[in-house]
Amino acid sequence: MISLVHYLTVAAILFIIGVYGVLTKRNIVTILMSIELMLNAVNINLVAFSRFIQPEVLTGQVFSIFTITVAASEVAVGLALLFRVYHDYDTVHIDKLNRMRW
Amino acid sequence: MDDLVYTIAFYILAAITIASAIGVVTKHNLVHSALLMALCFIGISGLYVLLQADFLAAVQILVYSGAVAILIVLGIMLTQRRSMENTNPNSGWPRGAAVVCALLFVVILIVIAATPWHYSSSMAAQDTPSVLARLLFTDYMVAFEAAAVLLLAAMMGAIVLAKGGEEK
Repeated sequence: MISLVHYLTVAAILFIIGVYGVLTKRNIVTILMSIELMLNAVNINLVAFSRFIQPEVLTGQVFSIFTITVAASEVAVGLALLFRVYHDYDTVHIDKLNRMRW
Repeated sequence: MDDLVYTIAFYILAAITIASAIGVVTKHNLVHSALLMALCFIGISGLYVLLQADFLAAVQILVYSGAVAILIVLGIMLTQRRSMENTNPNSGWPRGAAVVCALLFVVILIVIAATPWHYSSSMAAQDTPSVLARLLFTDYMVAFEAAAVLLLAAMMGAIVLAKGGEEK
């Protein structure tokens, strides 16, 4: 029988993969993708809590709707910043973006 | 019988999700990473179906595997001039990151195992869209409006940032 713990474990694995991507990848686009993975892991947690602990009120699902909204705006602003950085510096490799002064 | 089907579906969807997520952070071609990310989002929406969150499953497919994946692919296309080979390199310190991640994972598992969960035995809400709509427009009205303003601000900010200001 699949319980809450199974879902939390899957979400934990997904979150850890996202953290690993942010720590090791050197392309800004991949780092954005890893952040999306982490946000999705949190959403799975929220929906699983909503299903197994308070199935009749759906508070967790409302929370994850807001998370999805914030994630969508985050990815839009992040990509706009990415275009600016690429336009100004001609690279999206974060090891080359190491100047303190603009 | 239903339990067995549910269990098998859960493990298949979890395997799809986790395998494609691992692909996202290990592939050396950015486009492969982006497509695997879309697959990962589809797997997550399957998990939402299993959790009886049908509206969220639809939103997940529309917003994530639709909009976000397309945005990311656009970002890749506009920032890579040369070939896609090896556009997604690792840093020189993947082992340290793996150790950090493993430790964090162990801590999360310990916390999950140690927490006393109070399961509810009542049935999940049927017809989630109408329940969610009622919640959004009563209890979470202020947060809903704030999210609307946030989306508007983010879109305008994205346009201004991507277009660039008046530079002389």
